[in-house]
Amino acid sequence: MSKYPKKVARKRDKAILVNDPDTIPEIQANVRTVPGSITQRGCTYAGCKGVVLGPTRDIINITHGPIGCGFYSWLTRRNQTKPMTEQEENFITYCFSTDMQDSNIVFGGEEKLKQAIREAYELFHPKAIAIFSTCPVGLIGDDVHRVARHMKEEIGEDKINIFGFSCEGYRGVSQSAGHHIANNGLFKNLIGRDDEVRGSLKYRVNLLGEYNIGGDAFELERVFEKCGINLISTFSGNSTIQSFENAHTADLNMVMCHRSINYVAEMMETAFGIPWIKVQPIGAGSTAKMLRKIAEYFGDQELKDKVEEVIADEMVEVEAARLKALAKTKGKTAMLFVGGSRAHHYQDLFEELGMTTLSAGYEFGHRDDYEGRRVIPTIKIDADSRNIEEITVDKDPTRYNPRKTEEELAALDANGMDFTEYEGMMKQMQKGTLVIDDLSHYEMEKLIELYKPDVFCAGIKEKYCVQKMGVPLKQLHSYDYGGPYAGFKGAINFYTDIEMIACTTIWKEVKAPWESEAIVEAEYMYN
Amino acid sequence: MLLRHTTAKEIDRQALTINPAKTCQPVGAMYAALGIHGCLPHSHGSQGCCSYHRSALTRHFKEPVVASTSSFSEGSSVFGGLSNLVSAIETIFSVYDPEVVAVHTTCLSETIGDDMTQIIAKAYEDGKVPDGKKVIYCNTPSYVGTHVTGYSNQVAAFVKHLAVATPKKRNVINLVAGWMEPADMKEIKRLASVMETRTLMFPDMTGVLDAPMTGTYEMYPKGGITLADMATTGDSKFSIGLGKYTTEDACVKMENKCKVPFEVLDIPIGLKATDRFITSLSRHANVPVPDAITEERGKLIDLIADNSKYFYGKRVALWGDPDTLVPLTEFLVSLDMKPVYIVTGTPGKYFDEQMAEILKDIPEAKFKSGERADMFQMHQWIKQEGVDLLIGNTYGKYIARDENVPFVRLGFPVTDRPGFNFFPFTGYTGAANLAIKILEAFLDHKDRTCPEEKFELVL
Repeated sequence: MSKYPKKVARKRDKAILVNDPDTIPEIQANVRTVPGSITQRGCTYAGCKGVVLGPTRDIINITHGPIGCGFYSWLTRRNQTKPMTEQEENFITYCFSTDMQDSNIVFGGEEKLKQAIREAYELFHPKAIAIFSTCPVGLIGDDVHRVARHMKEEIGEDKINIFGFSCEGYRGVSQSAGHHIANNGLFKNLIGRDDEVRGSLKYRVNLLGEYNIGGDAFELERVFEKCGINLISTFSGNSTIQSFENAHTADLNMVMCHRSINYVAEMMETAFGIPWIKVQPIGAGSTAKMLRKIAEYFGDQELKDKVEEVIADEMVEVEAARLKALAKTKGKTAMLFVGGSRAHHYQDLFEELGMTTLSAGYEFGHRDDYEGRRVIPTIKIDADSRNIEEITVDKDPTRYNPRKTEEELAALDANGMDFTEYEGMMKQMQKGTLVIDDLSHYEMEKLIELYKPDVFCAGIKEKYCVQKMGVPLKQLHSYDYGGPYAGFKGAINFYTDIEMIACTTIWKEVKAPWESEAIVEAEYMYN
Repeated sequence: MLLRHTTAKEIDRQALTINPAKTCQPVGAMYAALGIHGCLPHSHGSQGCCSYHRSALTRHFKEPVVASTSSFSEGSSVFGGLSNLVSAIETIFSVYDPEVVAVHTTCLSETIGDDMTQIIAKAYEDGKVPDGKKVIYCNTPSYVGTHVTGYSNQVAAFVKHLAVATPKKRNVINLVAGWMEPADMKEIKRLASVMETRTLMFPDMTGVLDAPMTGTYEMYPKGGITLADMATTGDSKFSIGLGKYTTEDACVKMENKCKVPFEVLDIPIGLKATDRFITSLSRHANVPVPDAITEERGKLIDLIADNSKYFYGKRVALWGDPDTLVPLTEFLVSLDMKPVYIVTGTPGKYFDEQMAEILKDIPEAKFKSGERADMFQMHQWIKQEGVDLLIGNTYGKYIARDENVPFVRLGFPVTDRPGFNFFPFTGYTGAANLAIKILEAFLDHKDRTCPEEKFELVL
């Protein structure tokens, strides 16, 4: 702290604390970044277009702005997708932009945006087009929502759905505002538009906040199918427009990334009566726990038996891989500084590997992600986040249908279902560990210098800085181009990858022999 | 198919860019700023830009790329970013202690019209800049030009803020380096040292973005031109700019400010561009070309002659930045290849004129620059009539796989292969490296796809 200017030190002090899982101290989170601190944070556009809407394959996402934003979010997050046929739409490999020029800044860009939509329609005939606003759009007063309405009328409402997002990069204080804006847009424009019930009527669930990085959603799809659980939609890994439109026909929502999608979970509960639970299928034990919760919710013995059978079957291979890795990883230490959920989720995997988490934090988590949802009523929304749109959702007049009675819910809750609850990261972390929000580059260097963890988990910007210090960094955004890490097969991949990190020998060669060994110089002795 | 919606049929696009062959200004400014020793780039805008630019550079170089940001909030977007930048400067010098902070802007701060001169003067007035340290700036609006323009603006800002003319002229040639890899800069410096010329290169990313692993993280690695050396560039006797789009502005500013005459050349990629560079350096430094360099040239000619049957008449599609594409296209033509489709998102006349000249004997060649000169357009041309080779950044791998065409990675960004830290594409040795890469791509493809009875041991 002594290195920071006084005002900065006062502010950062509230974002760094020593954990105590019994009392859970209050942390400062979701506040504006200190200018010049070298944050790892991104912006609202990244949270909206890059994270939430990016993974859906059949929407054409047009970035309305200069070329950069569209370019940098082009294929850089590893949201894998798998069309069912050779003909099915897949626009994920494309980057679409209005490529605003100075004349568009001066005279406005709405006409160019309209023309871009016409051209996208003529070339591709997509079912939907989404428009994403970047920094200058809000400043010059382009109204993307008006353009969307106009173009929907022009092309024909029966032919195409067009909607816009006011996700200018300066809104809020991080990616988080973009998640919220994306959630609102999904709810207003897609969720609940298709009442057709597809697939089996039994065990209908949605998985919210799973973006199929490195194939995570594929693995979870496999596990659900094996259990006979009917996955209606994933928000938004390997997703399609239809899966969103149909999501309200599910009977249970499972929230994986709480930060990015809890808004949709809340809105769907209010509008359609679908309860939600927090799940964490990162780590084999946690995946099993999720499956047992689903079985418990549906209360069907047949499903319960099936789930136990699947868990037993999967765990044979998992345990073998875990024990093999454990021999190398036991007793080692880790630090995790990742986005808004993985810094917590991956602690389960490290526990399975016998490793201790010394320190963890989010880039853009809110207090509820750290301290648990019980603190939500006490969170004050500050001036920087006040202008993020809040939409009010009412019960859907025709489709609201409580899936369980109050008594059933209470009974399940008493049995450990924890509806509408997330206990946060700090509850799980040991006493005395360090919790740090919006870690700066300087703080990262200090942490490594002081604690020398065996593995540091963060992202691409941190990776090579940390590795130059001789500490391996595991990217937990991109998985270093490996994965999946979710579910049972994912746990096996993770064990193997961490074992590899622990065993890579090149780290021992960092010092040249003539630097690390004392050179004994001969000396002539004269009598 | 990865790009399953791309068809041969073109429409007259007026507004929609698809799969751009360019990105925006600030990433170029950030890259160039790393070519000054002890420099911390600073992005004056909302923090998403800075994060994206750092990530883009890191994915390419696999090296630390550290930069700070003013982290605009909605309030500062309305009322201006003065206090954000002044307090950022204070925090940066207290915590990160750079020699110089190189501020660039984004579409946000440009649209709201933040006056950088005034803000930075205020930071100096308020005593936020320690003695002996510097804050420089350039304006890099993302809605004008491309990343290439941003690079150019940053290099010009070095001259504007750091070069000083004293009465004492020095027998030194400035080498103003356009956008290339550190390995390319290193090769150019090697050629200059073989010629026993005294040169100063700026920006100079060698030793910065190809730093060794030592167990200690250096926020400011050894490389980069020092502030002291940069100041003396104003006393040099001549400047050679390498890359018209990226260095001409800096060269002009240097002449205006310090009366250093200049010549702007293409980046020395390939035979003829390297010939021109060597000739120019020899003339302006007034030194003969040593035999060692003539030998390097001869080895390149030997390699090309030995393998000319593999190059002759092959159709190539290219995309990237004009300063790379102009000499690259010229080199391919000198190999008797046919560069038939060339796009760059960067606008400008020089590219169009040079292409028309270089490609005058290849009537089927199509080229395009500026808005909507994108990879979608190029892919549509390929769908109309195929090519034998693709050369460009990593985004080409999607086309290469769909169309089953050999692919050589060159340009920015290359995110999926290592090696650029070690092997240059500039100079005669770099040209040989490039020719070998092309041959390998062709011959690997032939070995994978030819009928078994045609599989050859010796090629």
